[in-house]
Amino acid sequence: MTVITAPDSGLVGLASRRGRRRPSLLIGLSLLIVVLVATCAIFGSLLAPHPANAQDLLAGVHTASGRHWLGTDDFGRDIFSRLIVGARAAVIGPVLIALGALVIGNALGLIAGYVGGRTDYFIMRLADLVWALPGLLIAIVVVGVIGGGYYIAVAVLIVLTFPIDARIVRGATLQQRTMPYVEAAATLGLSPWRLMIRHIWPNLLPLVMANTFLNFAFSLVSLAGLSFLGLGVPLNTPDWGAMLAQNLPLIQTNPLACLAPAAALVLTATSMNLIGDWVYERLSDRGRAR
Amino acid sequence: MRARSIAIFLIRRALALLVLLVLISFLVFGLLYLAPGNAVQVLLGTHPSSPAIVAAMTAKYHLNDSFIQQYLLWLQGASHLNLGVSIQTGQTVTSLISSRIGLTVFLGLYAFVIAVAAGVPGGVIAAMRSRTVADRAIVGVSLLGVSVPAFVSGVFLLYLLAIHAGWFPVYGPGSGFPDELWHLTLPALALAFGVMALIVKLTRAAMVTVLEQDYIAFARARGVAPARVIVRHGLRNALGPIVTAGGLILGVVLTGAVLVEQVFALPGIGSLLITAVSTKDVPVVQGFTLLAAALLIGANFLIDLCYLFIDPQITAGRGLA
Repeated sequence: MTVITAPDSGLVGLASRRGRRRPSLLIGLSLLIVVLVATCAIFGSLLAPHPANAQDLLAGVHTASGRHWLGTDDFGRDIFSRLIVGARAAVIGPVLIALGALVIGNALGLIAGYVGGRTDYFIMRLADLVWALPGLLIAIVVVGVIGGGYYIAVAVLIVLTFPIDARIVRGATLQQRTMPYVEAAATLGLSPWRLMIRHIWPNLLPLVMANTFLNFAFSLVSLAGLSFLGLGVPLNTPDWGAMLAQNLPLIQTNPLACLAPAAALVLTATSMNLIGDWVYERLSDRGRAR
Repeated sequence: MRARSIAIFLIRRALALLVLLVLISFLVFGLLYLAPGNAVQVLLGTHPSSPAIVAAMTAKYHLNDSFIQQYLLWLQGASHLNLGVSIQTGQTVTSLISSRIGLTVFLGLYAFVIAVAAGVPGGVIAAMRSRTVADRAIVGVSLLGVSVPAFVSGVFLLYLLAIHAGWFPVYGPGSGFPDELWHLTLPALALAFGVMALIVKLTRAAMVTVLEQDYIAFARARGVAPARVIVRHGLRNALGPIVTAGGLILGVVLTGAVLVEQVFALPGIGSLLITAVSTKDVPVVQGFTLLAAALLIGANFLIDLCYLFIDPQITAGRGLA
């Protein structure tokens, strides 16, 4: 989310930055984690060794064993299975948020950057406002007062994400606008829409893709926070954030019950952030100062 | 001349922020109507309702008046710190908040001090040793800090340092200053992690840019002591972007506090908000939101003030307005 662009100074910085490569082992691991999480999110209940909501009240809390790899919670439910099945609830919202912000933010950003005028002014003020607001706090208040709900949370987070995307795309569009190819295309009589979508937008792809990964990581963490507070997924839905909250009292009896979903969140969010940075460095010749 | 333009700038800023606060208060009042059900139901909460009670509530909250009139009445109360009565506890919202805010302020300041103490030197070292192992390590840790929310790092700290190692208490706020400090260390660390990551990122970016400037090379060539070059010539000029992000940092601290208080079962205003939200106690939610907005707006005003002192180049009214 926090994208700070500092101007590159001179060719020296450019050359040495281009020479720098992130260790590919780290990126490989990140990609592996993302593929693993995606597989769990799609095929969750097929892969899980036990049904995620199967209770065994007599058995109760257990630590890790051969039968239950990560132990059970106080309802006797298998943590490992809930972790696998919970990937879906944890990931589907962030995917929707990242895509929603991508579509709305890019459309508005292109218009603001290329057409300018009143739209530009409006979008920039909106971005200023959203930038200054603590997004998750707003989401907690609004979702909480409406009465919770996963998709309401998703909608609120899209609204709080797309203006920032629009601002980033607008900045990049303004840079492209002065390029000869845009002028040439405009001289040929291309419609503004075609010019924006077919000619300018492909040149923004590195930025847009990297930003979408970062948005995903940020909304994963935000939605998990809302579910942790009981404002996201419905009660008893297997979900990483909700598991963390439900199993927190078990931290002394079966610590894995809340450490495992916490680790899953950390690994997924960090992987997506790393991949986002890597995509940007790979696809663009000008790196960000970070 | 300069003093006068600064005064004009500050008055204009203050007025703009006041307008913003009124606008936000309008939205905060609107929260009552965002909740499902009509206002009487929301204000009654789980209490049994009868026609007499409904009529009494309607009269008490002037619910038959127009929305604007209701808002003005509420605003009049709010400007006298009368934010209504909690539906659940029957206490006034102001007394509920003031009984709990001390803990949250303590936690937030504690975390902020840790974050600045670790983040600014971290960012400076990363910028000085740019593209070395030390830089990568610091940037790596800060990337982790950005990815890991405060409630997740809180759970890890709770397990490792309180339950596994047994160095810190598991729950509760403690009593008396030393005890409280000890009890709040883990929550503050959890909260500080994300804030530190943000500060490292900002400091590093700003310092990298500043250290490439000619005046740094010139100061070094003049034989100014290396530490002085970094602090007086480098850091002072890098402070601008860091201080500008103060509002952002306060937002992260506030949001983090809400989640961290939940992890460590601390009775601050964050857990007050969550209790209020889960019991549909709208007046308390309104009170919290108004307080948070006022804090953020106040912080932004202070930041504008700081800016004038950090960077004398900024001509008030022209550079910033």
